[in-house]
Amino acid sequence: MSSYLSIEKIGVAFQKKGVTSEVLRNVSLSIDRGEYVSIIGHSGCGKSTLLNVVGGLLEPVAGAVILDRKGVSGPGPERAIVFQNHSLLPWLTCYENVKLAVDKVFGSTKSAAERRDWVMHNLQLVQMAHAAAKKPSEISGGMKQRIGIARALAMEPKVLLLDEPFGALDALTRASLQDVVADIHARIGATVMMITHDVDEAILLSDRIVMMTNGPAAGIGEILSVDLPRPRNRLAMADDQRYNQYRHLVLEFLHAGRAARAA
Amino acid sequence: MPAVAVKPNPAPAEIAGPAPSPSKIVRLPRPRRASVGLMEAIGSILGNVIPPLLLILLVSFIWQSLCSDPTSLFPSPATIWTESRELIVNPFFDRGGVDRGLFWHVTTSLSRVAVGFTAAAFVGVFLGVWVGASKWAQRAFDPIFQVLRTVPPLAWLPISLAMFREAQPSALFVIFITAIWPVIINTAVGIRNLPQDYLNVGRVLRLSPPEMFFRIMAPAATPYIFTGLRIGIGMSWLAIVASEMLLGGVGIGFFIWDQYNASRISDIIVALIWVGLVGYALDRFVALLGHFASRGSAQS
Repeated sequence: MSSYLSIEKIGVAFQKKGVTSEVLRNVSLSIDRGEYVSIIGHSGCGKSTLLNVVGGLLEPVAGAVILDRKGVSGPGPERAIVFQNHSLLPWLTCYENVKLAVDKVFGSTKSAAERRDWVMHNLQLVQMAHAAAKKPSEISGGMKQRIGIARALAMEPKVLLLDEPFGALDALTRASLQDVVADIHARIGATVMMITHDVDEAILLSDRIVMMTNGPAAGIGEILSVDLPRPRNRLAMADDQRYNQYRHLVLEFLHAGRAARAA
Repeated sequence: MPAVAVKPNPAPAEIAGPAPSPSKIVRLPRPRRASVGLMEAIGSILGNVIPPLLLILLVSFIWQSLCSDPTSLFPSPATIWTESRELIVNPFFDRGGVDRGLFWHVTTSLSRVAVGFTAAAFVGVFLGVWVGASKWAQRAFDPIFQVLRTVPPLAWLPISLAMFREAQPSALFVIFITAIWPVIINTAVGIRNLPQDYLNVGRVLRLSPPEMFFRIMAPAATPYIFTGLRIGIGMSWLAIVASEMLLGGVGIGFFIWDQYNASRISDIIVALIWVGLVGYALDRFVALLGHFASRGSAQS
């Protein structure tokens, strides 16, 4: 079976003042259509770098990314990114932020009325239709991230790239946003690649968890398939045997990695 | 303040459960404060107006008591009122030559500032974008800008007179060369400080270079540009008054110099108040423009 999104032997290195530092070496990963894959690892291990390569913001020195049988070069709306710090344009309202993306992606295929409806539809998906006329500065951090998700969804991407989307939020807000993402994933069957450093978040949302080794020259350590029925309920999950088993496995990997680095 | 009260309660949306039902927006009951609001507004206006008024009265009183002696070299407020009454009450008279109301002098100076400053704004923003966007342009121009911007406005005047040989273009040039540096430097800073995230948003959307400039870069730099414009217009007003004193002919600066030669100190004081008020109005005007142009994100 050929996978939908295929990351093949990616290598990334940065040069600074003549010193080359290798960030990623020989990273290969296949993601199926509709699959939710989380990438977890210690900070600085290159997980965001990997996401930026898939997003096209960064050129790898080796390897290639293939999406839907086409090689990827440069960024594009079919690989929409939800940035960690939401990256809404502060001079535009929430509606206009999403509209900018919709106009650019569907400017030639949808009529003005259809585009307007599509913007509102996506704002409704993240339960933010009521804030359409507000500026990003007038809404909370969690709401901003919702708008960021709506903007990415509105591009109708083939794959949704989430770069630690909830990292900057408090625990309660984070939980409600995780539910939003899980709900959207279930409803529209989006293919998702998410960077995270939160073990519970990874297990709650993912079909597979990719654990990365520590840099320099980081790679994929282990891949864990999360075989829990959906929809997953975070309360019921806390008492689930398998959930705790998964949790244990991921934590063990992360702590072993830290011990190796400290040694 | 009332905005807080009518803000839709964000709590239901934030803690909405996994069910896909759209969350309800709960409005907080609007407190009855219409009459209170009016009183508050009047109170805040009074609170802002009374202290400066009191201070002005106090200073005038001290000034009056210090300068009321007939041999005093400096006119007291009462003397100014009697000597320069026509200048104060009627800014619009025009008897030809320099013998005109202050309104006409200020208008002449303002029209010079308008021309010189507009040119400086356009050229400055253009150069600033270039210097901000291109590393090589920055390396080449920045040291030159940093040196030239410290040259005082009046130091440009002799060169400008030598170049143009006439008062009007020389004044315009001095305005231009004074106002352009803050515009260039602030615009360049705005372009250089453009958050990479905004550019990434543009890249993901595959915006064309012109779209990137007009949809992302220009709006993001607008608050910086208007900071530069505000400093620039303030400096041009400083420069025009000073250069008109030397150039002669017309304008508020020349009026002040002319009254000095005629030993009419009272008229000078009235003119100074005009200069201050007009300078303040210019600053507010550009700040307000910036507030609208940046859709509220620039300080006004």
